[in-house]
Amino acid sequence: MISSTVGIWNYWIVFCLMMIGLFLVIGRKNFLKKIVGLTIFQTSVFLLYITFGKIKGGTPPILNESINTIYSNPLPHVLILTAIVVGVATTALGLSLVLRINSEYGSIEEDDVSAQDLVDYHDDIETGKTLDLKFKK
Amino acid sequence: MIDILIKNLPIIVVLCPLMTSLLVVLIPNIFFSWILTTLSTFLTFLFSILLYQEIQIHSHISYALGKWMPPIGIEYIIDKVAIIPVIIISGISFIATIFAYKIMPEEIEKKSISKVYSLWLLAIAGLLGLVTTGDAFNLFVFLEISSLASVALVAMGAHKDKQALVAAYNYLIIGAVGATLYVIGVGLLYGITGTLNMADLTNRISDLNNNRALIAGFGFMIIGIMVKAAVFPLHIWLPRAYAYAPSAVSVLLAATATKASLYILARILFSIFENSENLINNTLLFVILPLSLLAMFAGTIMAIYEKDIKRLLAHSSVAQIGYITLAFAIGTKASVAAGFIHMFNHAIIKGGLFIAITSIGFYIKKRVTINNLSGLGREMPITFFCFVICSLSLAGLPLTAGFISKLYLIKASISSDDIWIAILILISSALSVVYLWKIIEVMWMRDGRKIVIKENPTIYISLIIITILNIYFGLDASLVVNGSFEAADKLIGDLK
Repeated sequence: MISSTVGIWNYWIVFCLMMIGLFLVIGRKNFLKKIVGLTIFQTSVFLLYITFGKIKGGTPPILNESINTIYSNPLPHVLILTAIVVGVATTALGLSLVLRINSEYGSIEEDDVSAQDLVDYHDDIETGKTLDLKFKK
Repeated sequence: MIDILIKNLPIIVVLCPLMTSLLVVLIPNIFFSWILTTLSTFLTFLFSILLYQEIQIHSHISYALGKWMPPIGIEYIIDKVAIIPVIIISGISFIATIFAYKIMPEEIEKKSISKVYSLWLLAIAGLLGLVTTGDAFNLFVFLEISSLASVALVAMGAHKDKQALVAAYNYLIIGAVGATLYVIGVGLLYGITGTLNMADLTNRISDLNNNRALIAGFGFMIIGIMVKAAVFPLHIWLPRAYAYAPSAVSVLLAATATKASLYILARILFSIFENSENLINNTLLFVILPLSLLAMFAGTIMAIYEKDIKRLLAHSSVAQIGYITLAFAIGTKASVAAGFIHMFNHAIIKGGLFIAITSIGFYIKKRVTINNLSGLGREMPITFFCFVICSLSLAGLPLTAGFISKLYLIKASISSDDIWIAILILISSALSVVYLWKIIEVMWMRDGRKIVIKENPTIYISLIIITILNIYFGLDASLVVNGSFEAADKLIGDLK
């Protein structure tokens, strides 16, 4: 029982990281912390894939003269290279959005931002007084 | 020459917008960048029509990317199912691009317009890639290409209203979590089968029934895609993203973005996992069916109480997505066909409604709310006439496209002995008349401010095209209906 639990400790780490990341995304009200959580969440998936690729006693997949060589599976590594690129793009876009939110609202706390939005929304709709949007006149 | 073109069509459909998106960035002139975008989307539409004709002959085209044969290489598959979303996406994006010409410079800074068109093409390429690819991991890449591009497009609305930033941020975070969940699912499946090719996956999981990793992987994939498709409790990102995006972008996203993900959902349920019948039947009955019924009512009721018209239409989209997933959940051949029919019809209906509403916003230079609309029907007769036609179509009145999809949906639910589902569909359609009538009443029957508005032909040309489509497919639906039934035949086969 113990050996089987310890034997798959990689997966334990993966799923702990996954839950930590997901909790940060859902539970934090700060836009920046949410992105940190998202990054941890994505990294845990990278680890998951890398774990699939590892074979006990396997060598890096470079062609070898001897017949009995066991190769590790290179495909998950390649997939994860792609996923890392996607993750970097997501983080970059998210951070730039946070910057813009900070300059427009003066805060990156979700509560402050949604309070400001709510005021705008009700000004517009309930009182019949319409906000002038920045359309080109 | 033409032979080579036809052989490579599945990849050309994706590459055409992808490559032009790189070119468009280099052109600073607004007019020329628009011309190039229009040309590219038109060519894409032309290619997908060619592909449609080719499909009628061969019924299945497989393209091995870089001559690496599947299942090892990445495969692009177009069959009678995939052709439906391809036609929807390329056709609607062409119409939306025509519409964008006048409205884009009004809402976005001049210097960033060519970049916006580049993102626009990138989003279209991502969506087309999503539906043509036959490789589970490649699908994730396209999912992210399309959603990152559409997040950036939504954020461009910040020039007009700063709430677009928060909307885009939520869209990004929720979308990224969804896509990552999908990747976890693909990873688990890869771990137990050792393949990523969808057709190969189908074969290899057939003897793995009740494997726990299989069930977990399936769950992750389904939830990930349901986030992207905005199925009911996972739809939070949708109303804001559609409401605050630049007008042209709302049209493009509302009509195409969720359709691609819904197609993927159908593909996962009925094609990849077709051999694990128990799992699929349980998922359909206990997860998708209740959620779609809830979506139908929650979306409609939210729309009734909403006063911002773009948000109202977005909430109604949630309800309409509910109809499509409901059709999948019933799970018979007729109902899946009804789902595809509604997928097509909803694209032209919502496209038309969003074009009408955003062109109203263009003239009154304000956010379009119920109060702002009063009496405008007499000032802008053409726009509002088209709006009324499209709303009747949404409610499902005869002689419009919406009627056909409701008809087939109800027929399918009655023939599978689920009379109560048919009744619920009728009730929810009747409720949708409430919010549509609210808008129509305000527009035509209240006195409004007297403002003289000259309607601009460059804006309503796309509106008229899409309204004619709504009427045409209401009168003669044989094209859509036959196509959808062939698709359902391919997906469900002779199983049920």
